Amino acid sequence: MMNLFVLQLLNGVQLGVLLFLIAAGLTLVFGIMDVINLAHGVLYMVGAYLIATFAALTGSFWWGLLLMLPAAVAVGLILEVVVMRRLYARSHLDQVLATFGLVMIINELVEITWGTSPLSVPMPELLSGSVPLMGPLQYPVYRIAVIAAGLAVAVGLYVVVNHTRIGMLLRAGATNRTMVSALGVDINKLFAIVFTLGAVLACLAGALVAPILSVDTGMGESVLILAFVVVVIGGIGSVKGAFLGALIVAIVDTLGGVFGPILLRSVLDPAAAGQMGRVLAPMLVYILMALILFAKPAGLFGRSA
Amino acid sequence: MTTLSVRNLTKNFGALKVTDDVSLEVASGEIHAIIGPNGAGKTTLISQLSGQLPSDSGAVAIGGQDVTGLSMPERVKLGLARSFQITSILPGFTALENVAVAVQARSGSSFRFFAPVAQEEELNDAALAALKEAGLDDRAHVRASALSHGEHRRLELAIALATQPKVLLLDEPLAGVGGEDAEAFVARLKRFKGRFTMVLIEHDMEAVFALADRVSVLVYGRIIATGTPEAIRSDPQVRAAYLGEEEEEVA
Amino acid sequence: MMSDVTTAPTATRAPALAGRVKAAALLFVLFALLPPLASALNDPFYVLIGTRILAYAIAAMALDLILGYGALVSFGHAAYLGFGAYAVAILSSYGINDMVLQILGAMVVSALFALVTGAISLRTRGVYFIMITLAFGQMAFFFFISLSAYGGDDGYSLSQKSTVLGTDILHSDYGLYYMALGLLAALFLLCNRIVGSRFGRVFTGIRENATRMEAVGYSPFRYQLTAFVISGCITSVAGVILANQAQFVSPAFMSWHRSGELIVMVVLGGVGTLAGPIAGAAAALLLEEWLGVLTEHWPLLFGLFLVLMVLFSPRGITGVLEKYGIARGKE
Repeated sequence: MMNLFVLQLLNGVQLGVLLFLIAAGLTLVFGIMDVINLAHGVLYMVGAYLIATFAALTGSFWWGLLLMLPAAVAVGLILEVVVMRRLYARSHLDQVLATFGLVMIINELVEITWGTSPLSVPMPELLSGSVPLMGPLQYPVYRIAVIAAGLAVAVGLYVVVNHTRIGMLLRAGATNRTMVSALGVDINKLFAIVFTLGAVLACLAGALVAPILSVDTGMGESVLILAFVVVVIGGIGSVKGAFLGALIVAIVDTLGGVFGPILLRSVLDPAAAGQMGRVLAPMLVYILMALILFAKPAGLFGRSA
Repeated sequence: MTTLSVRNLTKNFGALKVTDDVSLEVASGEIHAIIGPNGAGKTTLISQLSGQLPSDSGAVAIGGQDVTGLSMPERVKLGLARSFQITSILPGFTALENVAVAVQARSGSSFRFFAPVAQEEELNDAALAALKEAGLDDRAHVRASALSHGEHRRLELAIALATQPKVLLLDEPLAGVGGEDAEAFVARLKRFKGRFTMVLIEHDMEAVFALADRVSVLVYGRIIATGTPEAIRSDPQVRAAYLGEEEEEVA
Repeated sequence: MMSDVTTAPTATRAPALAGRVKAAALLFVLFALLPPLASALNDPFYVLIGTRILAYAIAAMALDLILGYGALVSFGHAAYLGFGAYAVAILSSYGINDMVLQILGAMVVSALFALVTGAISLRTRGVYFIMITLAFGQMAFFFFISLSAYGGDDGYSLSQKSTVLGTDILHSDYGLYYMALGLLAALFLLCNRIVGSRFGRVFTGIRENATRMEAVGYSPFRYQLTAFVISGCITSVAGVILANQAQFVSPAFMSWHRSGELIVMVVLGGVGTLAGPIAGAAAALLLEEWLGVLTEHWPLLFGLFLVLMVLFSPRGITGVLEKYGIARGKE
């Protein structure tokens, strides 16, 4: 039981780290540009397809990862310049419609380019296999590497946001947009950088997850909504909130699915507990979101409305 | 008519004390003007009195009833209404509809889903009467977004009248109104004297001294003097802190 | 059609209102003529898609009630389609086959869900509101995905169509079609009355300027929550019709794409017009059908259409509508 708990906790942290990569960009875009971007989830999918393609071409995961990054920058920049840039001053309704259209377009483009059958990305040799954790417990090296990579990015973001000039502008922009433009900063350039950074992080999450999940067209969907939940829980515009929110959401989601039925079995008969656990588990994160919002409508680290 | 009593009201924005221990007694039927330089905290004070902005400490009471813990809509129901310095109207509604919806708030339930509200003559008549008092009845059926600035100020007044206030907080009703319009507006406010208690924030000193029974001077969030217009005019402390710079205007 | 409002006295607002009813009446007459036409052309397919259009028209109109008149962009409205559809599936599995009871059941569940999720979502504004309604919609989606007793992800086939007060008029496709049309017309009249009522004026006033409404004595939350619940209940009726039309229910009825499509229908037809979203539903579904004939990758074209529509109308779709004082921009 203890072993299962540790294992699932690690899985939760690994999912949390990926969710953070996706949610970090999302929360900055929301906070700084006040733009709702439904197409953020498909970027995660694009990242996975990009690494699958480049890894297949070069025969190496590492080359794939390396080539994926500039491609992701290009995808982010193109989206920003062609579509997003024109949406900043628009109503939220316009933003919803246009980015909803983008979701359809990108989904279909991916299907046209790569077909509907799932792709797989081979595990890099260096990170295959498992390491012993405690007692008989083994944990895959790759998943540990994903956690490490995600944490490294989180630390990097923390340093950028808190200790650089652009980070200062980001923080200021998330709290007070007019002030930043009053400082004489080229707001267009700042927005382009933020959006592209968010896109690259989402693509990176997709690329990192590619060797352990099958790469298919639906993969961006559920992640998008989970990332929304993370952003809402953490507070719009707060990278710290996104980090904490991502871990909470992922751990609740992972542990709830496994331990919910086990806990329920102590109060219900096994069949009913199993049925109810299956129904309740996927709803847990949303119930959690509802509870947090009920106490703090602006999220854990949000500015109050 | 009702008294307004304000005790030790304070509001901080971070380290900044915007209103600082403000106490004020407004007698029933009085027109009490609050003057002060820009940034003195006048609009913040009105927002605190109306319940739009929660206070950090202190108490507000109308007619002896404490309203400190009540929301803005609840205070309005008790007769404490406000007008806005920056015109706040329903742009897509006609002038009449703007006022009628205020009448509706105090006459019967608004949870009625079927009867056409546009045909409720009672609401329309009361709204038209308020518009007439504010001098806007001839523009009743014009969409509010199409009205001029001066007309917006009068609409703002008509809406406030329609709530049938016992205590009316007027936040610079003359903002941006000049010349004959301003004179007419002052004459109009004068006619309301005695119908309800008024707290008047205004930069136009001529209007203030023509209307107010008493004047309080707010500087950096504190009331530095309260008295009759004559007393305030000759108060050396006030002259030093505030009126001095606007000597010509007063004279 | 509303450009004359600027100078029009209230008395002549009635014609603008009547204009809305007239436009809807025209649509209803066209809808009523479709089945005879279909049987003349000997193509019953038109009646099937017609029924779907009518069902989505109900949902789009119900969404417009809060989106158009209250500026509440709910991105979770497909959940109510699902409640309606599953009310048919679940109640009929317990032997309750009458549509009246099924609609009643759908409305009770929808009202409860709207009350709880609305109470939380309406404490927020702007992008928060959009994301939270989306998340709650997804919560309902996952609930039915894991409801294995009713097929879970795979959905659940209905063994029979609903009866209506004991009669089996829904057993013919034409009967179901005209039932849907009748419900749409009745619900349109209901929404039209609500919009013009005391409640409607307060709700619209809150969209125009919430602070002003508070300053004359209204607490916006109560009115917005009430409208949110009404809208959810009406939307669920569409789900009841869809389940009967497809003879099948599945969580796909309530995916977030469906919620997005409902918003598209409202905007296509005209935000805050009630009759417009009815036409919008027809336009969107016919466009999908038509593009679907052209290519299996029709969403690409549909998406392109959406993006271009937003980018190349001078100030966006809402901008065009704002000009007529119908919709409002960002708060």
